[in-house]
Amino acid sequence: MATTVPPKTRIPGCSFLIEDRRPDEIFTPEDFSEQHRLIAQTADDFCNNEIVPNAEKMEHKDYSISRDLLKKAAELGLSTVDIPEAYGGLEMDKVTSCLIADRIAKYAGFATTWGAHTGIGTLPLVFFGNEQQKQKYLPKIAAGEIVGAYALSEATSGSDALNCRARAQLSPDGKHYLLNGEKMWITNAAFADLFTVFAKIDGEKFTAFLVEKNFPGLSVGKEEHKLGIRGSSTCPLVLNDCQVPVENVLGEIGRGHIIAFNILNVGRFKLGASAVGGARNAVDQTIAYAKQRRAFEKPISDFGLIREKLANQAVGIYVGESIVYRTVGMMDSVLSEIDKSAADAMTQARKGIEEYAVECSIVKVWASEMLDYVVDEFVQVYAGYGFVEEYPAERAYRDARINRIFEGTNEINRLIITGFVLKRALSGQLALLPAIKRVMDEVMSGPSMSEEAESPLAAERAIVANAKKLGLLIAGAASQKYMQALVDQQEIVGALADMIIEAYAMESCLLRTQKLVATHGETAAKLPIAMTQIYLTQGMEKIEAAAKKVTAAVAEGDMLRTQLAIVRRLAKFEPFNTIALRQLVAQRLIETGKYGIV
Amino acid sequence: MKILVCMKQVPQKDAPLKLNESGTWIREDVSYEVNEPDAYALEEALRQKEKHGGEVVVITSGPARAQQVLREALAKGADRAIHLEDDAFVGLDALNTARAFAAAIKDEQFDLIFTGLQSDDYGFAQTGVILAELLGWPHATIIMQIEKNDTGIRVKRELEAGFFQFVNMPLPAVLTIQSGINKLRYATLIGIKQAKNKPMRKVALADVQSALTPNLQKIERLYVPQKTKKTETLDGPPAEIAKKLVDKLRNELRIL
Ligand SMILES: Cc1cc2nc3c(=O)[nH]c(=O)nc-3n(C[C@H](O)[C@H](O)[C@H](O)COP(=O)(O)OP(=O)(O)OC[C@H]3O[C@@H](n4cnc5c(N)ncnc54)[C@H](O)[C@@H]3O)c2cc1C
Ligand SMILES: Cc1cc2nc3c(=O)[nH]c(=O)nc-3n(C[C@H](O)[C@H](O)[C@H](O)COP(=O)(O)OP(=O)(O)OC[C@H]3O[C@@H](n4cnc5c(N)ncnc54)[C@H](O)[C@@H]3O)c2cc1C
Repeated sequence: MATTVPPKTRIPGCSFLIEDRRPDEIFTPEDFSEQHRLIAQTADDFCNNEIVPNAEKMEHKDYSISRDLLKKAAELGLSTVDIPEAYGGLEMDKVTSCLIADRIAKYAGFATTWGAHTGIGTLPLVFFGNEQQKQKYLPKIAAGEIVGAYALSEATSGSDALNCRARAQLSPDGKHYLLNGEKMWITNAAFADLFTVFAKIDGEKFTAFLVEKNFPGLSVGKEEHKLGIRGSSTCPLVLNDCQVPVENVLGEIGRGHIIAFNILNVGRFKLGASAVGGARNAVDQTIAYAKQRRAFEKPISDFGLIREKLANQAVGIYVGESIVYRTVGMMDSVLSEIDKSAADAMTQARKGIEEYAVECSIVKVWASEMLDYVVDEFVQVYAGYGFVEEYPAERAYRDARINRIFEGTNEINRLIITGFVLKRALSGQLALLPAIKRVMDEVMSGPSMSEEAESPLAAERAIVANAKKLGLLIAGAASQKYMQALVDQQEIVGALADMIIEAYAMESCLLRTQKLVATHGETAAKLPIAMTQIYLTQGMEKIEAAAKKVTAAVAEGDMLRTQLAIVRRLAKFEPFNTIALRQLVAQRLIETGKYGIV
Repeated sequence: MKILVCMKQVPQKDAPLKLNESGTWIREDVSYEVNEPDAYALEEALRQKEKHGGEVVVITSGPARAQQVLREALAKGADRAIHLEDDAFVGLDALNTARAFAAAIKDEQFDLIFTGLQSDDYGFAQTGVILAELLGWPHATIIMQIEKNDTGIRVKRELEAGFFQFVNMPLPAVLTIQSGINKLRYATLIGIKQAKNKPMRKVALADVQSALTPNLQKIERLYVPQKTKKTETLDGPPAEIAKKLVDKLRNELRIL
């Protein structure tokens, strides 16, 4: 793991809920190495010079360009960061991987093509392929000569993918599996060469297969006409007695779900990085437009209601960067300790990533929803021009929407977040119950003397601490009421997920800002401090709303009143002047003409 | 051919600039990039090396942050780098910068030295020319093309109004390179990875101090020009407006 100098501490997944972290324990965009910055520059240049000028052609399905760009990206090394050196890859850290996804995201159509190829199209082989399979395919994938795709979903099973209908049966001579069924919505299908296809052997054993496009019995259906990401190919895949050699079974028979779930973890944090990159691009264009559009004899960037939007967009990116890079930073410090020559190095790597499954889902949900907000305001600031195709907001608005659907819908990811946290708590992996008890004891003993805070950001730290306490308290109240059956109460599970998501986002944002203050001082960190105060206000509002919603559902009468009083107490803080703060942020954005934190 | 390329880190083209407190230069908190013509000079050097073999060495003077420029050059294929590292180098005039470079490379034997035509910040267009003078080498400016021949090189210079000049020169020589003369390559990831292990020689201010003299050129004051344009609208029927206009031009502005 060449690049990141990871924070020393190895931080367990989900532990943010029950432990406090110091700023120096987390990775932030300010910690990018010189090498990271150079790689980001190459990705940026490649996107601006090669991808963006060709966007229109790709929107109209000229896939020869997509293939050509995949080849060029591979030659530069942009597509091979996650492939081991032994198979022609660069084998770099996940921070690098995310930085590239972030910078390539300016044109979502190609970003999806590239993301599917390097992510779900390649990683099953990287993590689960045997030596022969890797030797056979990976060097060609690394060189961009063959393009990968991933076929899990079906018309009748998307979220519920393990319940697929596709079947596989061993041929009488024992040399092939014969695959039958139909896969749906397969990214890159029109021009991919190698598909990871999931099917049930004998209708039972859920298994992954490596299927080449020329295997007899495989055909690709018609392109879907999509709302967005029209520059990417999405087609059904038809398997009609498709002959797959037995040596092309990927991983263990009957354990395809391990592949499916693990690949999604990676897909999720990279989707987060890509959403942040897409949002940054949208904000830069929104600022530029607001500066030059005049109404009522002024540039519209003079108006408070427009400035508010610009500031909110920028805060979204700041927090988005904070959660994405904090998450992959934790991963990199675990991955960097793995002995690459070990026989089970890949299994260890997979487990290292899986450790942060909850954080990956948080990043996915939070960043995709942030992006949707950002592009919505992008359209709004462009107003009439935002609604027509000739201007960039319209496409960005449509392109963003898919992110809440694929890589697990945001509903499914919310269920995962709360579900996994509870599972970890029950298995004893996460000391959640003792933490809940501590918080309950604390709040029952009445209001604590709030220490008069002298140190920088003390008030902000208190808010984050209370946000986490609220999450624990409400999770405790909900589990007490429903016990094991809590997972069936989806609205409550969803509200708990929202609290967990916000707590992580608020804390990540604050820790990054604390780190900035520690290195550059409060004056230089004025903008990040403002963005943090804006975000904490917003985050706490969401947490309080979710807390009230759950409390009202799990308690009544006196109990309800007591609990609501506690909620209100924990959610209370002296308000920041967010109008002035947003003005400050917007002013700087307008001066510099683009997103930035200085 | 052994080629030295002088590269400078300058504020990014679209970076919003703010004056420093003393009003003599800009504040440091901006984003930086490689001076554009220098990037073309590097590209040209790499192409010459690919054709004729040899070595490409890059040099810069500036604070620690300027190292980024050298790493980028190493990632693109330069063989080694020399960094004159000190905050004080930022304030040197062209003569002193050239002196510092000459001192830093006194033990080297280059066939060619490339600089960019000029820098995007100060815009002196002097450093390369003075460096040639200090070394006692011939030089040519605004170079668009370089061909090696039996006696040295033949270069194409850009003149004005679409005219060009071809010059035969002996080696060693100094050339200042025009922007846009070739297509810049990307730094590949493998190049970036390898750049970390390429040699980077650091030269301290003290090592070259004896070659320097007080700056002959000094920025006394830097300021943003005040907008002075005033617009006045004349109303009324056309004949009246015309009359008012003539009156203003004659009596107020006195240009008629
Ligand atoms: C452009 C595009 C590209 C795609 N690329 C690929 C690809 O390359 N490979 C691939 O395999 N798939 C791909 N997909 C499929 C994608 O992963 C699925 O669309 C997604 O998983 C959702 O499945 P579904 O559409 O069947 O929705 P459903 O599962 O039918 O869900 C419908 C709604 O019900 C909700 N829901 C479902 N289950 C639950 C539950 N238990 N509790 C609460 N709510 C629930 C969902 O959140 C959703 O809102 C792609 C889809 C699109 C649109
Ligand atoms: C599909 C479509 C159909 C239409 N049909 C018609 C029609 O039939 N007839 C017709 O006459 N028009 C029509 N319009 C035009 C429509 O009414 C305008 O687009 C709309 O009034 C916004 O004006 P604008 O696009 O110039 O945005 P702008 O006025 O430039 O506004 C840009 C942004 O600045 C904000 N803004 C502007 N002024 C201020 C201010 N003082 N303070 C704070 N914020 C401000 C706006 O809210 C917006 O967010 C149509 C537009 C579309 C897209």
